[in-house]
Amino acid sequence: MGDHKHIVVYGEIIEGQLGAMTKELLGGGRGLADVLGEDLVAVFIGDGIGETAREAYAFGADRVYAMDIPGAYEANLYAGGLANILEHEQPRYFLFGHDDQGADLGPALAFKLNVAAATDCVELSVEEGTKRLLVTKPVYGALVMAKFSTDDLPQIVTVRPKSMIAPDPVDRTGEVRSLDAGSTALNGRVKVLEKIVEESEGIKLEDAELIVSGGRGIGDAEGFKKLAEVARELKGAMGASRVACDNEWVPATIQVGITGKIVAPRIYIAVGISGASQHMSGCSRSKTIIAINKDPRAAIFKQAQYGVVGDWKIVLPVLMDKLKALD
Amino acid sequence: MNIIVCVKQIADPEAPEESFTLDSEKNVFIPSAKITKVLNPFDEQAVEAALRIKDQSGAKVTAFSLGAGLDRAVTKKPVFMGADELILLEDEAFADGDSWSTARALAEGIKKNGSYDLILCGRQAADWNAGQVGLGIANFLGLPYVTVAKKIEIIDGKARVERVTSNGHEVVEVQLPAVITVSNELGQARYPAIKNIRAANKVQPVVWKPSDIGIDPSSVGKNGRRLHLLKLFKPVIQGTCEIMEGESTEEMAENLALTLRRAKIL
Ligand SMILES: Cc1cc2nc3c(=O)[nH]c(=O)nc-3n(C[C@H](O)[C@H](O)[C@H](O)COP(=O)(O)OP(=O)(O)OC[C@H]3O[C@@H](n4cnc5c(N)ncnc54)[C@H](O)[C@@H]3O)c2cc1C
Repeated sequence: MGDHKHIVVYGEIIEGQLGAMTKELLGGGRGLADVLGEDLVAVFIGDGIGETAREAYAFGADRVYAMDIPGAYEANLYAGGLANILEHEQPRYFLFGHDDQGADLGPALAFKLNVAAATDCVELSVEEGTKRLLVTKPVYGALVMAKFSTDDLPQIVTVRPKSMIAPDPVDRTGEVRSLDAGSTALNGRVKVLEKIVEESEGIKLEDAELIVSGGRGIGDAEGFKKLAEVARELKGAMGASRVACDNEWVPATIQVGITGKIVAPRIYIAVGISGASQHMSGCSRSKTIIAINKDPRAAIFKQAQYGVVGDWKIVLPVLMDKLKALD
Repeated sequence: MNIIVCVKQIADPEAPEESFTLDSEKNVFIPSAKITKVLNPFDEQAVEAALRIKDQSGAKVTAFSLGAGLDRAVTKKPVFMGADELILLEDEAFADGDSWSTARALAEGIKKNGSYDLILCGRQAADWNAGQVGLGIANFLGLPYVTVAKKIEIIDGKARVERVTSNGHEVVEVQLPAVITVSNELGQARYPAIKNIRAANKVQPVVWKPSDIGIDPSSVGKNGRRLHLLKLFKPVIQGTCEIMEGESTEEMAENLALTLRRAKIL
């Protein structure tokens, strides 16, 4: 395969700032670029990206591109646009976040370029000699990890949030080169009519230092109100298992797990959650996991550092009172 | 209206960990014979999405499944739920494919089957967790796609889709034909209904081999893989949980407070 070189990262600007995932990708990408002795390139697409993209330099990029596409994010349009970057860069690796946009765009670009993609990867390393990217991802609901590679170039990978470390910004800047979006046959066939935010107010789950998370054991929406109260008192956010979301006790936006949010708070308190691998995969990077479950055999106790075997309806009020008494 | 739904047969993804064996020599994760085979849950929801459209405005729903040694009772579930036809891409050569080879073969099968207005897939399969096949089919057939749908309505030859996002959802309108992938937020898939059973019993699956869909056996399944599996291993899970002691639940809870405070955690 031709002369593929350098690493391209798909960047996103969220609410006027460089997205958290983008910083993580720049952190991870920088490490790989240094191993290869190649450049790290960031590419942004959006409606009036402007100067914010320049910030990518401070997080490790060597070159930054921006492509102006008016209107809201739309996968078919963006994937078509992204393919145009190849007129300027022939990357060795192309990294996306495994999130709303990246999980949608990475594989689509791969199929367009007739190469393989690996999705939801948590570890990336350069194979000595071949310079292939070796990627590791959880499979079978995270019961096992699989290491993959491909001989295709570019290697396209989506990276799970919170698996790479965002670097501290340095005093470094450069120009933002503009890219032409071109047009593809699919342009205009898809229209985004509305974006609806359902997220609960307060601390964002993915930014929270402390999360109180509930599962089927909470029993109903009423129970989750009590849990929300505890989360508030501890100055944290509330999360939930998929069962709790599917039962509509809480909105789907607070689901933690492989098909929900990936979180890594300082403290994760799992209440009435059995500890299924699909759930734990979303919170296993938490610093301390505390489990409250009435079943001593629950799998959650295998991953928690502290546990109480008992009914949460008794445990939580006593825990909160005692903590206050100790203040 | 012709709707195609792609469904994958997998080992029950919520079976306990002990029921799988990891063979790290051969790099395989083997479900014990006791584990039931099921349809990938997201694919079942894709079938449900198709059937809701059929209930609303009428449609012919054709299920497609690809694999080797497929269990008829499992792959026929869409028909028992209410789908009209079942096409199996079934051959030893289809085994152990990756997203790329699977999407390519499904796209060829769908083409051979004839006209389609809507192609539905689950958002990802619960075993390999890749979430790519729908996007691949869209690419091979030159169709637009929308992923992670929780609601699909057909209005004037277009699909109006609610797409789940991390902070809510978007409403997206896509011209048909198109590929849409479905997420669990769509809601519970229906159970096979008694009234479907007689009709479903009469439906015989059509079975196609690679040559039937005009592709070389060497470019499907394992041989068609572009993503190579190098290693399978168990994640390291630290197992040192300090379980709170006490005569009563209250005492255990107090001990949790004391322990967490002492460790400067809370
Ligand atoms: C493809 C796929 C993807 C999935 N993705 C996710 C995901 O992203 N996130 C996710 O969470 N799940 C996910 N799941 C589902 C997952 O497999 C489990 O089914 C789910 O996590 C279980 O939720 P739970 O722990 O709340 O419920 P259960 O497993 O039913 O556990 C409830 C627990 O509550 C305890 N309990 C009951 N009453 C009380 C009480 N009064 N006090 C204390 N404890 C009590 C019980 O002992 C039990 O351990 C996925 C599954 C599949 C197949």
